[in-house]
Amino acid sequence: MSLREGAQPGGTTRWALSANAWLVFGFFYLPIVLLVALSFNDNRMVGVWGGASLRWYREMLGNASVIASLQNSLVVAGISTVLSTVLGTATAIALERFRFRGRAAFDGLVYLPVIIPDVTMAVMMLLFFARAFAMVYEATGTTLHLGITTITLSHIAFNISFVAIVVRARLAGLDPALEEAAADLYADRRKTFRHVTLPLIMPGILGGALLALTLSLDDVVITSFVAGPGSTTLPVYVFGLVRRGVTPLINAVSTVMLAASMLLVLFSLLVQRRSQ
Amino acid sequence: MSAPTAPPTLVPKLEDGTGEELEHAATRADSRRGALLALPGFAYLFLFFALPLGIVFVYSFATRSSTGRTILGQWSVDSYTRLIDPFVLQIAWRSFALAAAATALCLLVGYPFAYYIATRSPRVRGLLLVMVMIPFWSNFLVRTYAWRVILGSDGPVSRLTELVGIGQTRLMFTSTAVMIGLVYGYLPFMILPLYASIERLDFSLVEAGRDLYASGWEAFRRITWPLSRAGVIAGSILVFIPSFGAYVTPEILGGSRTTMLGSFIVRQFLAARDWPFGSSLSFVVMIAMLVAALVYFRVGGKTL
Repeated sequence: MSLREGAQPGGTTRWALSANAWLVFGFFYLPIVLLVALSFNDNRMVGVWGGASLRWYREMLGNASVIASLQNSLVVAGISTVLSTVLGTATAIALERFRFRGRAAFDGLVYLPVIIPDVTMAVMMLLFFARAFAMVYEATGTTLHLGITTITLSHIAFNISFVAIVVRARLAGLDPALEEAAADLYADRRKTFRHVTLPLIMPGILGGALLALTLSLDDVVITSFVAGPGSTTLPVYVFGLVRRGVTPLINAVSTVMLAASMLLVLFSLLVQRRSQ
Repeated sequence: MSAPTAPPTLVPKLEDGTGEELEHAATRADSRRGALLALPGFAYLFLFFALPLGIVFVYSFATRSSTGRTILGQWSVDSYTRLIDPFVLQIAWRSFALAAAATALCLLVGYPFAYYIATRSPRVRGLLLVMVMIPFWSNFLVRTYAWRVILGSDGPVSRLTELVGIGQTRLMFTSTAVMIGLVYGYLPFMILPLYASIERLDFSLVEAGRDLYASGWEAFRRITWPLSRAGVIAGSILVFIPSFGAYVTPEILGGSRTTMLGSFIVRQFLAARDWPFGSSLSFVVMIAMLVAALVYFRVGGKTL
């Protein structure tokens, strides 16, 4: 079987295509490789090589702000991933498998957080909490503050949609014959769901959860709007440092963040492979 | 296909109404169950998304006191008329131009790249796609920061040009730097839908074209390109939307002369304390994105 013969151009074009591909891969990976290499540079000057060392990693571990914001990030990402995965999965099943009143409106609402720009969402959450806090103050006299809770609530708000869309895609791709077969064998709706549908959509749920986790660990804009003093996440803290300039410490923190996301990708690939 | 006479019904007629009634009751119960299942997610998105969106809309008609407090109750459309201020229009135009240039560059580089991947053997295709996905999934802030290191005054690019004798390059804080950052950040958004549309293209059509003496370029222009147009539109919109509203990239790689709409909106909240104006700006930007997204769904885009 010839491999897409009509698709293979000749001579110069073929050469240009593969040259372009290698350039793009270089463009993708060189900055990352360089950043990782520079994080082991002993010199305080980022551009001058002063020998390899773990100096900046030690400094990172001794930096209380880095550790505190990392802890915040993990708490926010953990809670928002779990809650948005549950809510998003229920939403996906309801939209894909049931007909009910208001379904069309809900369908539109679910897509909005994905499309809306980060900055608009950040503004929305800030105004919402400002308004809500003012109302709470008028009603009870307690002053509420922005912090971990408001960050987590905002992250769940955008993550529900991403989880719902991923799970829904998986549900839509399921062979309906499998569920029908279960029904023919006298399984009720609940049993069918537990023993047939749920195991089949599990990779979708895991994929959605991983996406939620990544987005939560990535977010800068929305978090920086709803974070209070002393309650920033790691990306927001790093963003603040980066705006002041380049330091070897940021290189070290960045390398750790890169390593974490690569592990997540590898994990998701393994999960996908196993499910196939 | 309507038959002139009703075909004999295949469904046996029910002796009494109970069957139909039962079915109705079942649908109603099902509908209730569906609504119940949707309720938590709906309630959450209503409270923490729809309501905040409404608040932004209301605030955009509020007025600002001289101390920067937002006054509700004295409604005006000032924040909207201020949108056509030349200064604001200049920033909007810059955002548009930078986003459009980044999109064009992504298409220029991404199309041949996606074509290359789509025409490999299935095994290699999978591997190359994973290699595109890895940077796509890694932290956006960190990836943008890497370019600040590269383009900085003591970064490798500057050092190289110094060594060659052209002198230090000053790329940081320019619109070139912002554009590089945007292309780097969003190129995978272009590649993936392009790949999807080129990969499912029927290449025997191209072969047929070539058999009829079309040149390689002619075959591309009249067969491959039109057949992959859905991917081109989808990819362009997926790159344009986040580029237009970008905040992190211009903030890290740009300077005061490359302010884009995202940074301008943030400034209304964190520095200028002009919430009504910031609200009207973010509302209008959102509408622009929604229109783009509608076009995207229209052309049948599904890749996220």
